[in-house]
Amino acid sequence: MSAAPTPPRPAGKGPAKPAGRSRELPEHLKAYKGVWVFIELERGRVHPVSWELLGEGRKLADTLGVELAGVILGPDDGSVGAAGADAAAYGADAVYTMEDPILAAYRTDPFTRGLTVLVEAHKPEILLLGATTLGRDLAGAVATTLATGLTADCTELAIDMETRTLASTRPTFGGSLLCTIQTLHFRPQMATIRPRVMSMPDRRDASLPRVVSEALAMEEEQIVTKVLDFIPDRDQDTAHLAYADIVVGGGLGLGSADNFRLVRELAEVLGGEYGGSRPLVQKGWIPADRQIGQTGRTIRPKLYIAAGISGAIQHRVGTEGADVILAINTDANAPIFDFATHGVIADALEMLPALTSAFRRRLDGAARAA
Amino acid sequence: MPERFEAIVVGGGPAGNAATLTLARGGVHVLQIERGEYAGAKNVQGAILYADAVEEMIPEFRDEAPLERHIVEQRMWMLDERSHVGTHYRSEDFNEERPNRYTILRTPFDKWFSSTVKKAGALVICETTVLDLIRDASGRVVGVKTDREGGEIHADVVILADGVNSLVAQRAGLRNEVEPDHVALAVKETHFLPTEVIEQRFNISGEEGVVIEAAGSVTEGMLGTGFIYTNKESLSVGIGCLVSDFVDTGITPYGLLERFKQHPSIRQLLDGAEVKEYAAHLIPEGGYKAMPKLFGDGWLIVGDAAQMVNSLHREGSNMAMSSGRMAAETVVELRQQGKPMTAKALRLYREKLDASYVIKDLKKYRDLPSVLHRNKQFVTTYPQLLSRAAQTWIRVDGEDKKTKERAIAKSFLKGRSLRGLVGDAFKIARAMR
Amino acid sequence: MHCVVCIKQVPDSAQIRVHPVTNTIMRQGVPTIINPYDLYALEEALRVRDAFGGTVSVITMGPPMAEAALRKALAFGADRAVLMTDRIFAGSDTLATSYVLSHGIMRLAAEAPVDIVFAGKQTIDGDTAQVGPGIARRLNLNQLTYVEKIDRLDPAADEIVVHRRAEGGVHVLKTELPCLITMLEGSNSIRFASMDDMFRAARAEVTVWSAADAGIEDQTRCGLRGSPTVVRKVFAPKPRQEKAKLIDTAGLGAAEAAPKVIDALLAADSKLADHLAAG
Ligand SMILES: Cc1cc2nc3c(=O)[nH]c(=O)nc-3n(C[C@H](O)[C@H](O)[C@H](O)COP(=O)(O)OP(=O)(O)OC[C@H]3O[C@@H](n4cnc5c(N)ncnc54)[C@H](O)[C@@H]3O)c2cc1C
Ligand SMILES: Cc1cc2nc3c(=O)[nH]c(=O)nc-3n(C[C@H](O)[C@H](O)[C@H](O)COP(=O)(O)OP(=O)(O)OC[C@H]3O[C@@H](n4cnc5c(N)ncnc54)[C@H](O)[C@@H]3O)c2cc1C
Ligand SMILES: Nc1ncnc2c1ncn2[C@@H]1O[C@H](COP(=O)(O)O)[C@@H](O)[C@H]1O
Repeated sequence: MSAAPTPPRPAGKGPAKPAGRSRELPEHLKAYKGVWVFIELERGRVHPVSWELLGEGRKLADTLGVELAGVILGPDDGSVGAAGADAAAYGADAVYTMEDPILAAYRTDPFTRGLTVLVEAHKPEILLLGATTLGRDLAGAVATTLATGLTADCTELAIDMETRTLASTRPTFGGSLLCTIQTLHFRPQMATIRPRVMSMPDRRDASLPRVVSEALAMEEEQIVTKVLDFIPDRDQDTAHLAYADIVVGGGLGLGSADNFRLVRELAEVLGGEYGGSRPLVQKGWIPADRQIGQTGRTIRPKLYIAAGISGAIQHRVGTEGADVILAINTDANAPIFDFATHGVIADALEMLPALTSAFRRRLDGAARAA
Repeated sequence: MPERFEAIVVGGGPAGNAATLTLARGGVHVLQIERGEYAGAKNVQGAILYADAVEEMIPEFRDEAPLERHIVEQRMWMLDERSHVGTHYRSEDFNEERPNRYTILRTPFDKWFSSTVKKAGALVICETTVLDLIRDASGRVVGVKTDREGGEIHADVVILADGVNSLVAQRAGLRNEVEPDHVALAVKETHFLPTEVIEQRFNISGEEGVVIEAAGSVTEGMLGTGFIYTNKESLSVGIGCLVSDFVDTGITPYGLLERFKQHPSIRQLLDGAEVKEYAAHLIPEGGYKAMPKLFGDGWLIVGDAAQMVNSLHREGSNMAMSSGRMAAETVVELRQQGKPMTAKALRLYREKLDASYVIKDLKKYRDLPSVLHRNKQFVTTYPQLLSRAAQTWIRVDGEDKKTKERAIAKSFLKGRSLRGLVGDAFKIARAMR
Repeated sequence: MHCVVCIKQVPDSAQIRVHPVTNTIMRQGVPTIINPYDLYALEEALRVRDAFGGTVSVITMGPPMAEAALRKALAFGADRAVLMTDRIFAGSDTLATSYVLSHGIMRLAAEAPVDIVFAGKQTIDGDTAQVGPGIARRLNLNQLTYVEKIDRLDPAADEIVVHRRAEGGVHVLKTELPCLITMLEGSNSIRFASMDDMFRAARAEVTVWSAADAGIEDQTRCGLRGSPTVVRKVFAPKPRQEKAKLIDTAGLGAAEAAPKVIDALLAADSKLADHLAAG
């Protein structure tokens, strides 16, 4: 929804009937069945968000009583097959594949064409993609080509049984509100979900899934855009921030860019990653991909230590998946204490170094004991 | 060849807008420069609008302007720690055809005012700060210098409406810095409540509004007042004290506001509100005696920039508008007579002011600020005495009223000697003469 | 070079308020701004023009008051501004929005061929990042999203090379004009308009196009009717029941407090203890 949603009526009073639309799904769309998850395969590696979505897709498929499938596009070097086996291990009943050298590196045109072909041939009712740079680029192009509805950055997915449609919930108005969006009369119903918003399902050994393949039927000459190079990031850890088991985060309460050092040091001792609130990015204290929150990374660590962070809603939504949140703040009324598991009312500039050395002692002790 | 204007107005507040509107309507090729993203962007306070100053320029403003509520009830409270004594004046007469006082939110109001200014044909440039005035060899003001590339703009006359600090006037040496004891720091919050709740709490309906002015120990012995204005779906809550007092007492303005909001008589009025918009803003309180020179070769100064605020009655925006209008009328008239904008010619502005309520009122209260400032008992001792008096009077405890009266009289004398009492009454009387 | 920049006027979400009772948006007094991400697109377009000549047109679909955003864009240096406004546009989702905008851009292209369409990465109200790709599909433009920088631009050969943000690295992509680019935040910073620009912008004409003006025949594809997605409900995030357990360190210096904090943490969550022990 590009136009910001205006509530049909005050919330709480239950879903309002969308103006001038019948609930009945047109005949030709009734053929659309099953839940698909786009398996993001790049350079031989599958982005973990794909597995997270299979976990979520499983629930949706079971609710609807339909099949869950992964859809994989990639080069013909066996990586697609391997990804398919993994997909089954994460709960896919079937995989729809397309293998072609053209699909080696992501490009909008061939991937849009490929995914469109698969969807039109096999008609899933729901198609989920990770809200990665690749997933969002592809989702936007495919949804437009198929002229169907797409909801971006969902934080919650459910089935509205009354209409058998996907109810996608996402933050809106800068996170101050949530809205639930549905695609009633178009198929497939598309949604993108950011990494780490959904939890990672357990891997189970599964028999090989049903495999259905289609051909891309494109020539390299037809494709205007060429990939000249891929330059990996120097600071590879930022990629791990979202997946780290321990994250230490700092906010404006630290007072200065220099004091952020204290956050990094604690993270280091704990073998974790560090990040911060948005203002720190805006002030240039930390790089953009270290930002935690709604417009930054969503994290799901075992432990998140938030120092000098007030806990604004946009920060909160990115951290609520953490098992344990320890908040360090001088202000007992800071909103972060409303959702943290533990709180210490203390000066972060003193508490952080104290924790660093205390943890160091503990861990050394533990190491010696072992 | 850089563009040239007949007049430049610095500032998009009530004074600047009034001046620019009048100039544009008078056929003057005028440029208005505002620092904020739009006129009003920097003026978040809720305020009371006095109709006549606007009406003179825009008779139909009631149909167009974003007004909150017209005031039907005025409460004057004297607070001590736990109580308030006060007067409420409410009259059905205020539900008149063309009410005289409204509560407004400055941001939407100034925005609307600015749109009428544009409609009148003025060129309005926002997000641009005037840094200094340009003078020619003779020292005459011939334009302004802004913070933008190619930002020197020339004009026959410059009207300074840049608010209480008027850094421009200071930098140009037309005015010296405001004395700490000539300026109050007001901190203000907007408390959002559902309309129904506001109407029920303040016993009003429809467009009706209430104003509460509170003096006394809320200001912890400093000179100043707290206030609550009712808007459509919010309350403007604030308190102001002389900057010098904040400095002397070391009390923080925000702490003061917090205490004000916690006062038993205030607290439940705000209960459950969602607080948004915290603003601090200066109010000139020096009055007549603090006013700078108002005109010179090629320049005029109006509104807060000229310290034109009647602090006792919290009138500022009306004086700002009237002075802005009169400055502009002066320019329009001189232009029609083909006269140059010299100090000599611009004296007309001063004459217009003298003949108006602006100078008359400012003169009337010219001694008040200093008197109150030197006599803190008005905000310390009296509230307590009054409240104790009221209590003794009201309590039914078997004591006969005569004894009570004596007790009250005594308590006053204890709190402040008879000579003190008389003297105080005298001082106030003189100051308000 | 003719660059078209899609900008949207959005409520400054930093100042959005939610009605405590009805959970509806209180727009009153909330200032509107140019979607911050669009400023990167605008600045990049201006740089292209400064380097290769030509014009920069800005276009928006929105209510009449969106003109303010266009004027601002003009002040930054855009040459031409188009406001697409029509009652039937109301309630458009990304699909309908890209449909309307692509018609506007086509009409602009009829006046002078368009080489690059710029869009922001996303909006801060809708924030879907879909309108850009949507426009690219509809106008069959080569799509370059999340661009960090334009590495090389060769108008003569209609060739462009960009750095595109990908997971864990940057793709260097080469493609042909015309193309659509969405710029990544931080890729540049918007210039400070000169006094002359301010004057020009304040006086410039903003072109206003209705659906008919933009040659939109199929009105069922605009606005609410043309939007497959339906907002079924808007609500406030539910507050957590239990608040944080405060670890009492009153009177202790940080040095004594820290071990106490760690104990409290580990006591509460054994998995955490194991994890730490595991190192
Ligand atoms: C559209 C939109 C998207 C946004 N996205 C994000 C996002 O993704 N991530 C994000 O984080 N923000 C985001 N924000 C910004 C968010 O609204 C808040 O402004 C931001 O999170 C506040 O950062 P902060 O807590 O570091 O600073 P503050 O809110 O200023 O909090 C500082 C805290 O530090 C405490 N403190 C001060 N001194 C000390 C001390 N010595 N020791 C301990 N504590 C101390 C203070 O009590 C205070 O609670 C977004 C905003 C908008 C409008
Ligand atoms: C809390 C509070 C409550 C008040 N309540 C009332 C009330 O109830 N009733 C009432 O009548 N008055 C009230 N006042 C006083 C009233 O607000 C002022 O008297 C009035 O705003 C003065 O108008 P002005 O145009 O002279 O100055 P301002 O309103 O201050 O306008 C000055 C404008 O100039 C701009 N500016 C400043 N410097 C520059 C520069 N260098 N270049 C370009 N632009 C510049 C500013 O951005 C501002 O927009 C209140 C004041 C406060 C602080
Ligand atoms: N109503 C609109 N008018 C003009 N451009 C828009 C509009 N909505 C979205 N855009 C453009 O599309 C980009 C992505 O928007 P969104 O898909 O809403 O995140 C924005 O950054 C704008 O460049």
